[in-house]
Amino acid sequence: MYRQFKPIIRWVGSALAVTAITSSVALAQNTGKLKVGFMLPYTGTFAALGIAIENGFRQHVTELGGKVAGREVEYFKVDDESEPSKATDNVNKLIKRDQVDVIIGTVHSGVAMAMAKAAKESGTLLIVPNAGADAVTGAMCAPNIFRSSFSNWQPGYAMGEVMAKKGIKKVVTITWKYAAGDESVKAFKESFEKGGGTVVKELSLPFPNVEFQGLLTEIAATKPDAVFTFFAGGGAVKFVKDYAAAGLKANIPLYGSGFLTEGILDAQGASADGLFTALHYADSLNTKRDNAFRLTYAKTYRMQPDVYAVQGYDAAQMLSIGLSATKGDATKATDISAALRKATIDSPRGPFTISAAHNPVQNFYLRQTSDKEKENKVVGMASAKLADPGRGCKM
Amino acid sequence: MDLTTFLIQCLNALQYGLLLFLVASGLTLIFGIMGVINLAHGSFYMIGAYMAFALAPFVAATVGGGFFTTLLLGLILAVALGYLLEWAFYSFLYTREHLQQVLMTYGLILVFEELRSLLVGDDVHGVQAPDFLSGSIPLGDMMVYPVYRLFISGVCLLLALGMYFVFAKTRLGMMIRAGSTNREMVQSLGVDIKFLYRVVFAAGVAIAVLAGMVAAPVSSVYPGMGGLVLIICFVVVVIGGIGSIRGALLASLLIGVVDTFGKVLVPQVAGVLVYVLMAVILLWKPDGLFKAG
Repeated sequence: MYRQFKPIIRWVGSALAVTAITSSVALAQNTGKLKVGFMLPYTGTFAALGIAIENGFRQHVTELGGKVAGREVEYFKVDDESEPSKATDNVNKLIKRDQVDVIIGTVHSGVAMAMAKAAKESGTLLIVPNAGADAVTGAMCAPNIFRSSFSNWQPGYAMGEVMAKKGIKKVVTITWKYAAGDESVKAFKESFEKGGGTVVKELSLPFPNVEFQGLLTEIAATKPDAVFTFFAGGGAVKFVKDYAAAGLKANIPLYGSGFLTEGILDAQGASADGLFTALHYADSLNTKRDNAFRLTYAKTYRMQPDVYAVQGYDAAQMLSIGLSATKGDATKATDISAALRKATIDSPRGPFTISAAHNPVQNFYLRQTSDKEKENKVVGMASAKLADPGRGCKM
Repeated sequence: MDLTTFLIQCLNALQYGLLLFLVASGLTLIFGIMGVINLAHGSFYMIGAYMAFALAPFVAATVGGGFFTTLLLGLILAVALGYLLEWAFYSFLYTREHLQQVLMTYGLILVFEELRSLLVGDDVHGVQAPDFLSGSIPLGDMMVYPVYRLFISGVCLLLALGMYFVFAKTRLGMMIRAGSTNREMVQSLGVDIKFLYRVVFAAGVAIAVLAGMVAAPVSSVYPGMGGLVLIICFVVVVIGGIGSIRGALLASLLIGVVDTFGKVLVPQVAGVLVYVLMAVILLWKPDGLFKAG
């Protein structure tokens, strides 16, 4: 009932948008502008992430003087609503209607999978600036599909190494039962058990259910040495608070993928203090590169950048490197791929390279949350130059 | 599962069930008794949670804080909002088709979400529980139980009793029940049914807002939170039987048990268990557990 009317409203919306855009499209085809299509969440739970990604992307394009590989940039936008069922329609608006040269998107893994499928069929260049679904640079990989963020496998695998090295033996995992959670926990288990630990129980609940109390009781009854978790956004806030409120934080240390505490420390407050997480970015890297990036971002957008802004920024860097190799021709996927696989991307997160399956090979930092400074502070390296295995990729 | 764990899980189930009733009870009034399909119920809940977040600093600055002062202020605003909404929108819906009710209340969801985004932004925020309720009770050797969760259960029980009393035992309740059965007849008996419904609607909004405010310290406030509770609220009202407060309470507790034990015992299918429960109950009793009137 709830969903029935969305299509109608969207239809009216796009009808208006089409009339507004058709005139500008006709112009753009002749002037040689580079058409960049953002397909990002601009409404809903992930709206803040979509905006950060777009901000980061635009920041780098501005640094390049508004031109990528000599072509002026023209932006097109589609709100994907983080809604997989509309993803194919939405991405086709950019591919068929707007005929963009490159698509940047998105946050939600399910939507990103549909986008990868469409991009694979049409050959349009796609850079995924967040969604971690392993398959994007695994079974779905293609010469024209790239990722500037991470695969779900990476932070999970990095944390498994860290916890095994700490001598932790018995671990319970808990996550939402969906792709990101499952893939993260699977990768964690892979490295943790390789390092000599055992996952004694895998708990999960349906996405986006946030009633954790029953499962917290299970954890207390199992008495593991530690807990590994994957949650993000509002659910992560509630999980971390419930975990502390149930008295478990003092007895059973909580470890997580970095998204557990990313961008939501204010809301989590003292309950997140001291948690260890692994991610490819942190607030206090304190490198010259990152400081310069953060200062410009804060000045331009009047807010602090986060990992999503960095991923958007690097998507623009990757696009620029790729297109410079083909003199601005976005259709030569093989040449773009070759150029990017040779390149080192000078990211605010630290330099990274691109794997054969087009996923970043990057450092994963071990971070500890500080409630006093409201920061995820780097306390060490969880896993250096960690490369996703790219399972199932045949290119 | 040993006995202690089992008992703690029962407590969890009870507590979740009561929280569900708290969230769904406003819908019992508006959908169950007034018969308006109110998809914006989740938005009222969200507005409550954001009120708890936004009003607390304001109350602290003007009268020096106070959890109950904030609640009271929120409730007053909620009644005013409900009264205004009924006058401006909902009063035109009683005689219309369900589809039109769905369309308009869905429109309100979009409006409220966008307003929230403009006014407060899209970040996740935490809300502090008041100091005198921030303690916890030891439970087994590993866990503690936050006092605030017990407080929520208390609020919910009081609300259930209060609603039951008003509807079953008072003259006002009698008029409302009569109005839901036959509007014209009640009107011809000299009851100002328009005003009465405006009050009931305002009460329904106020209860949803109260639920949001009370639940905020536990649930946090974040975009789209209203949408998450909306479906389960309808499930509660439908299982309980439309218009029955007793039924809604029983349905909430049933869902609490099924959801809590489902997640622990059969995690693979936990997502659908609640809906299976609804289907089974509707097959057995097509009008829900208790049909009012």
